[in-house]
Amino acid sequence: MSKSGTILYLDGVSVAFDGFKAINNLSLVLDQGEMRAIIGPNGAGKTTMMDIITGKTRPNSGQVFFNGDVDLTKHDEADIATMGIGRKFQKPTVFESHTVEDNLVLALAGERSILSALFARRSSGESVRIDEILQTVRLTHRRDDLAADLSHGQKQWLEIGMLLAQDPKLLLVDEPVAGMTDAETEETARLLKDIARDHSVIVVEHDMHFVRELGVKVTCLHEGSVLSEGSLDHVSADPRVVEVYLGR
Amino acid sequence: MITQRFLSNGFSPRIQLTLLLLVAVAILVPVLNLALPADNPFHVPTYLVALFGKYLCYALLALALDLVWGYCGILSLGHGAFFSLGGYAMGMYLMRQIGSRGVYANPILPDFMVFLNYRELPWFWLGFDHFWFAALMVMAVPGLLAFVFGWFAFRSRVTGVYLSIITQAMTYALLLAFFRNDMGFGGNNGLTDFKDIVGFPVQAQTTRATLFALSALALALGVVVTAAIVGSKYGKLMIAVRDAEPRTRFLGWRPENVKLFAFTVSAVMAGIAGALYVPQVGIINPGEFAPANSIEVVVWTAVGGRGTIIGPIIGALLVNGAKSWFTGALPELWLFALGGLFIFVTLFLPKGILGLYDQWTGHRRRIRKQEPAPLPGAEVQPAE
Repeated sequence: MSKSGTILYLDGVSVAFDGFKAINNLSLVLDQGEMRAIIGPNGAGKTTMMDIITGKTRPNSGQVFFNGDVDLTKHDEADIATMGIGRKFQKPTVFESHTVEDNLVLALAGERSILSALFARRSSGESVRIDEILQTVRLTHRRDDLAADLSHGQKQWLEIGMLLAQDPKLLLVDEPVAGMTDAETEETARLLKDIARDHSVIVVEHDMHFVRELGVKVTCLHEGSVLSEGSLDHVSADPRVVEVYLGR
Repeated sequence: MITQRFLSNGFSPRIQLTLLLLVAVAILVPVLNLALPADNPFHVPTYLVALFGKYLCYALLALALDLVWGYCGILSLGHGAFFSLGGYAMGMYLMRQIGSRGVYANPILPDFMVFLNYRELPWFWLGFDHFWFAALMVMAVPGLLAFVFGWFAFRSRVTGVYLSIITQAMTYALLLAFFRNDMGFGGNNGLTDFKDIVGFPVQAQTTRATLFALSALALALGVVVTAAIVGSKYGKLMIAVRDAEPRTRFLGWRPENVKLFAFTVSAVMAGIAGALYVPQVGIINPGEFAPANSIEVVVWTAVGGRGTIIGPIIGALLVNGAKSWFTGALPELWLFALGGLFIFVTLFLPKGILGLYDQWTGHRRRIRKQEPAPLPGAEVQPAE
């Protein structure tokens, strides 16, 4: 496999915790600008894979490359985030005691040194960007409210907004529609498809209805490696997927 | 220009009022002490000036702790160490001002060194005969210790209760070290019998009044610095680190640096508080490093309201006022009262006295506006 033209390149990645192989010889390639949905039963290694990509967990073996030539195993979380990989967590993680707007201010791409933060003043460009993002994630009317007061779905959207503010090249989105109503789920699918037009995206999700809505290539993980890959119809017809995940 | 930008966010009316009060106190109390005769009902006796001067130093220490604990989530149980180091730096200057007026009349060596058969001044005492050098050390020594300690602790991602325990160990280690005679800091007697500070007699009424005013102004400066830091984007970052540290990492920030800056600034503030404290109480000894002292600072801050700027000041003044009264009236009960107070505040006043006040005024305001309190969960759904 060639790394050129890929945004993410995982080859033969393994990681074990206390002898338990959370990721086992995993290989996954994501092309520039591609959106991919990842499905799989609990414990399939989806979150661990994200931990490896974002520098939280170091793999025991294997290659992890970003943008074709950056070896992610040699960098830590903050480095990787500034390089352009953004992550939304499974449980929505926003800064609850800050307003919606301040959450975005902290996420906004730019200088990350302490000194610059001490003397930072918001530029007009940044204000415009924040307005845009608030509009995109439909939180304009809540901009001055504390993030703690948002509903679950709104927190999910705020976190997606924070991802956008970071302006990453690659977005890792972990269960974005967990706990959302059907209408919110549809809205989120539309939002992600919109984002995928100029970003590479990996979405982990259990909601098959939502995955169908996205209409992208699907990878099914099981016991730390790829079980099946292809269109949703192809994957969900795969007898092994039916066996371990979808159920008969 | 940088200062202007730093302060450009402006201070809340509450902070402005606090600053005004502190400056007023810095002027009024010395005037009422010095200018009025002792039989005037408005005369402030000198012992009260010294007592309240001490409280103001404690308030600055509590404010310093609040910067790291209330805003950045670092529960330091060793802030007394930075306070004491600042105090020792000032004490060393005051010792060297004694000159040949000591019991042994040695022009260079302080009495305890003559007593312990020192031949010459240890290298780390050099320079402390100059006030400017001592003033620099008051800030540099606690700041440097905090920087080195924080550099290792935060980089190794030591957080929560583990960090609290090692800060406690740090101050305990310093306590043991400073108790040793051959450390060169006067052993368990510490440094005392001070005579002059920048040429003025330490015991004089005017000197005491001046030290009081300086303590009030130092506290005001501490409030300005803290409010400016907390009001900046960095201040928002501190709160973000306090509430969801891993999240800040995945946004590209380095929480270890965020904490290191706050911890170092806080230690410098604590050092200044200690330096103002020592000439007013007339002694510094290793007992100041005692872990219990650092824990008391946590109690003051919690009582007043952590994560606010004036909360810790109110807490330090109130608890110490109560302590002075209690240790006079019912000395054996003080520690029980302090422990009980901490439990009470933790259980019933998580935001301290200031939080209670805000809740009360906020409640009244809502009643006046005839507006029900917002119910959690009753949010407006976004338009689809």
